[in-house]
Amino acid sequence: MKNTGLILAIVFQLTQLLLVVLAAPLLTGWVNQCKAWLQNRSGAGVLQPYRALNKLFHKDAVIADNASWLFRITPYIVFGCMWLAAAIIPIIAVDLPFSRAADVIALVGVFALARMFIALAAMDVGTSFGSMGARREMLVSFLAEPALLMVLFTASLISQSTQLTHIVETFAHHQFILYPSLAFANIAFVMVLLAENARIPVDNPSTHLELTMIHEAMILEYSARHLALIEWASSLKLFAYIGIGIALFLPQGIIEAGNWAGLPVAIALLFGKLVLLGAGLALLEAMTAKVRIFRVPEFLGTAFLLAVLGLLIHFLLGT
Amino acid sequence: MQIPLILQFVNLLASILLLVVFAMLAQRRILSLINLFAWQGGILALSTFVVAYSTRQHHLYYSAGLTLVLKVLLLPWLLHRLIRKLQIRQEVETLINIPTTMLVGIGLVIFSFNLAAPIAELAQGITRGLIGIALASVLLSLLMMMTRRKAITQVVAFLSLENSLFFAATSATQGMPLVVEFGIALDVLVATFIFGIFFFQIRETFDSLDISHMEKLKDD
Amino acid sequence: MNLMSALPLDVVSGVILFWLALGLLGLALQRSPELICRFLFPAGAAISLLLAATGLWALGDGADIAVLPLGLPDLPLHLRLDALSAYFLILLGGASFGISLYAAGYFKTMQGQSLALLCLEYHLFLASMALVLIADDAYLFMVAWETMALSSYFLVVTDHAIPDIRRAGFLYLLIAHVGAMAILLNFGVMQAGHGISAYTFDAMRGVHLSALWSSIAFLLALFGFGAKAGMLPMHVWLPEAHPAAPSPVSALMSGVMLKMAIYGILRVTFDLLGTQLWWWGVLLLGLGLLTALFGVMFAAVQGDMKRLLAYSSIENIGLMLTGIGLTMIFHVYGKNTLAALSLTATLYHSINHAFFKSLLFIGTGSILHATGVRNMGQLGGLIRYMPWVSVLMLVGVLAISGLPPLNGFVSEWLLLQAFLLSPGLPNSYVNMLVPVAAGGVALAAALSAYVMVKFYGVIFLGQRRDTELHDAHDAGLWERAGMVWLALGCVVLGLMPVFVVGQIDAVSLSLLGVRLGNATADWMFLAPVDTHRASYGPLYFLLAVSGVMLLTVLLVRRLYHGRTRRGPAWDCGFPAQTARMQDTAEGFGQPIRRIFEPFFKIENEVPTPFDSSPHYQGVSEDKLWYLLYLPLKSITEKLSGWAGLLQHGRIHLYLSYTFVTLIVLLIFV
Repeated sequence: MKNTGLILAIVFQLTQLLLVVLAAPLLTGWVNQCKAWLQNRSGAGVLQPYRALNKLFHKDAVIADNASWLFRITPYIVFGCMWLAAAIIPIIAVDLPFSRAADVIALVGVFALARMFIALAAMDVGTSFGSMGARREMLVSFLAEPALLMVLFTASLISQSTQLTHIVETFAHHQFILYPSLAFANIAFVMVLLAENARIPVDNPSTHLELTMIHEAMILEYSARHLALIEWASSLKLFAYIGIGIALFLPQGIIEAGNWAGLPVAIALLFGKLVLLGAGLALLEAMTAKVRIFRVPEFLGTAFLLAVLGLLIHFLLGT
Repeated sequence: MQIPLILQFVNLLASILLLVVFAMLAQRRILSLINLFAWQGGILALSTFVVAYSTRQHHLYYSAGLTLVLKVLLLPWLLHRLIRKLQIRQEVETLINIPTTMLVGIGLVIFSFNLAAPIAELAQGITRGLIGIALASVLLSLLMMMTRRKAITQVVAFLSLENSLFFAATSATQGMPLVVEFGIALDVLVATFIFGIFFFQIRETFDSLDISHMEKLKDD
Repeated sequence: MNLMSALPLDVVSGVILFWLALGLLGLALQRSPELICRFLFPAGAAISLLLAATGLWALGDGADIAVLPLGLPDLPLHLRLDALSAYFLILLGGASFGISLYAAGYFKTMQGQSLALLCLEYHLFLASMALVLIADDAYLFMVAWETMALSSYFLVVTDHAIPDIRRAGFLYLLIAHVGAMAILLNFGVMQAGHGISAYTFDAMRGVHLSALWSSIAFLLALFGFGAKAGMLPMHVWLPEAHPAAPSPVSALMSGVMLKMAIYGILRVTFDLLGTQLWWWGVLLLGLGLLTALFGVMFAAVQGDMKRLLAYSSIENIGLMLTGIGLTMIFHVYGKNTLAALSLTATLYHSINHAFFKSLLFIGTGSILHATGVRNMGQLGGLIRYMPWVSVLMLVGVLAISGLPPLNGFVSEWLLLQAFLLSPGLPNSYVNMLVPVAAGGVALAAALSAYVMVKFYGVIFLGQRRDTELHDAHDAGLWERAGMVWLALGCVVLGLMPVFVVGQIDAVSLSLLGVRLGNATADWMFLAPVDTHRASYGPLYFLLAVSGVMLLTVLLVRRLYHGRTRRGPAWDCGFPAQTARMQDTAEGFGQPIRRIFEPFFKIENEVPTPFDSSPHYQGVSEDKLWYLLYLPLKSITEKLSGWAGLLQHGRIHLYLSYTFVTLIVLLIFV
């Protein structure tokens, strides 16, 4: 009996593994499309990321003369980390087997691992752009990471657990309670999401202007399949972050692993949420302007302090 | 420990109020600051309405309505008009940088909650966190007044201070008599007008709304 | 007495004697430096391993006590080996094994006499640290403590021809002695006037002090041990002494000796002082956090690789102090399981730091040997010349940045879990302090990743900034062996947390009376309190990540061609790029310098646009040095100036001083 449960859970896990990796570019495409509409452009269609990936995979990779092994393995590490991260977040079903490997703190650790490698790879070739991108990326992350941790801590304190599975169960399946601290956490989370996914106002994913780019500066030296993997990993990262957002703030409709009957509804609900949140993200980006790089610490410092405040509110209000 | 949903809602509104005050503290643009102030008024009106509903005190409905008209519509409109007339568009100038201000703000929150804890034990009805939040908002508004350089942001801070006091009154003691509230509302309105006149005067004298110029008034 | 019946304490004493003998032998062999490097250091390393094994063996048993027929009248030397000592002996043995192996290769180029002296001091240093851990009376403890300070001082000034190094050594000696004085006073307070025989630790355990006196004792101990640990504001010696010492010595000092101070604080507060007050914990928590943030902030702006690591040590010590503070808070409020959790985190972090910091320090030694350059701004691209060192250092860098699945992450995870479990403390101020402190810990951890990207990126990646780096060579066999051992330690400590936590349980049991029983329920998943609350399975995690990664590699390989071309790096349309245009260490730290500007004393020397040979220099100094130490120094000088008035060098004047003193005393008596 227990065995069949386990097998079912594994099947669910594999489903999600496959689903996220296939759906992640779609989300990116959708966000880009929404942005295009908001800017009065007709846009390239939601399938554009797939076409771009396909094209990149078929090209010959050009690697700088002095690039080392670190440069070549980084895309795989980054992709693997992001894929795993996106796959263990309960967005369709809780209690997935992989989710035991990492709780929320370890999840932040996975993001950090990927970031470390991509920053190192950016410095590997030794162009001034690469190291500038790495420096800026680390600058953004050293404030965004603790802010994210604080957001997750708020949720963990409420649910008495750092396992995402339990957090989701507490929020989705128990009695409905309004948590004031989550309001703070929510805003801080959105700010972190924007910063970590290279979105306006912190970074602009569609620019190649020297003065403003962060993420793009780091990956300038990558081409072909390596670039494809990194782009795909970025999509996965966005997917993972929105997934965390869903798990923390919109967990309604997430089912238990092994519940076949609920699966179609759960997937439909997930897509609904993604469409909504993707459009929301695009709207947010369209409404704000890119800030100067030295305003970014202020932006993220605010996010961090808001998250700490959320944590405090939890302690203070005692709910 | 399960508190009724309606109280949870008031708690949530209170936290959002605190959030708005922090947002005002972190805000750099005068226009957004005024919009945030309008939001604050809106949340205040909503929470007053909810308290009125839950405690069945009819006069609170009136004060909710009054808040809505005065603080969400009238005052922001006045301030917007003022800004247009004075043609100030530039950013809020702060004396201390914003993260530091926020850090001090967090300290103030801890302080005020501890201060409010014994009072809150005595208060009945609504949960104890509210007084702490109200007190924290008052202190944060004061902080905002202290750290801003332009006169107009100080007025917004002053108005936000009044909002916080109003919130303390409704949430902790279920509202003051309507007459008192009416009086206060009128006072605030008059104060805003007077401030408006002052702004024109200050600008005529100093060509700027930067209050650090006021230092020149001192005898040397 | 056959070997089987030997007690762990006998083995430890044997190890200490053996180390001393090795040192003396080194002195005797100064004619043949070859032999010293080839045999003495490896022998010392082997004995280190034995020490670690003994510690592991003694961890589960009760305390071993021995009284030696040596020492002062009325106060023979007391030895004791309990769980806490045993744990730190493991740390000492484990880390020094790698370092000694490395030293065997590193000191090969040294001359006979100085090598012999160094061999003596090195092994004396190791022996004194082991003796500190098993000392059970104040006298022996102080003797061992001072021996440790002195031998490390001599090690620091190995290159005493350089004035800067002499200066660093003096600063170190000064602060070490001020600290030792405080520790001595602390013991004086704790024995509470019961005569000389009360200077044993056993007697101190029995003494009950009033709240005031125990607070005084605690503050003295905190000051004394804090000075050794590099706690704010007594940290100034650390960034001077670590870079001055030869790399294996820096590794020993940073990786192991700082932990002796942690041991001292734990020993005094949790073992010897019976009572604790809540504000001690808050004080330690606050100081620890400040130390951590301060350390990492300064690490980010350093240009010298060993100074950077020294500041990073300050950060890690800060994290450990934070953990001890949290333990104390929990312990005072009777939440002993939580106290055990944060104590476990602290101890875990101690051993982690011993491994990865030693690894990084000896790695810088190899770089120094290969290039002769300590300033990161002149290095670069070493990954191509030093493959072994670069891979092993990468392990250390990932570990110290707190990334899964390596060891730094486990202790950070445990510490954060302890913070998360904190709600419900009766004191509301403390209760609210805790989440803010958790934020601080997270911030320090994230900043350390920044520092490490800078450290690794500037040294190993990019293009070489100096043409002389051509003949940079990889580390030798002994050096590699030492580094491999330490890197292996990082990996194993990271992948087997359940085993390690199970060992630390013995310490928690002896200090706090509880253990984290649940953590050992499942060998694969670390679950400190309850599996529903939190669990972390590094092995599982590693399998999942590498599985997913392997899948990616296979898919990409299978579905697409693997054609690769090499070409020049993209020059952004500006063909005149040189290696000097890469970010230097200063450049990489610039954002941090700008964000945390108020904390630094910054001197910038910026070229004007018309300079023919433009030169940029940015120095970020420690404000505390100017705000605290220089005023202290001038006060001391003034005081000693007054004291100098008494001295004229004339003998009859001194005789008259004596005469006057005698008269005064006679009047009073």
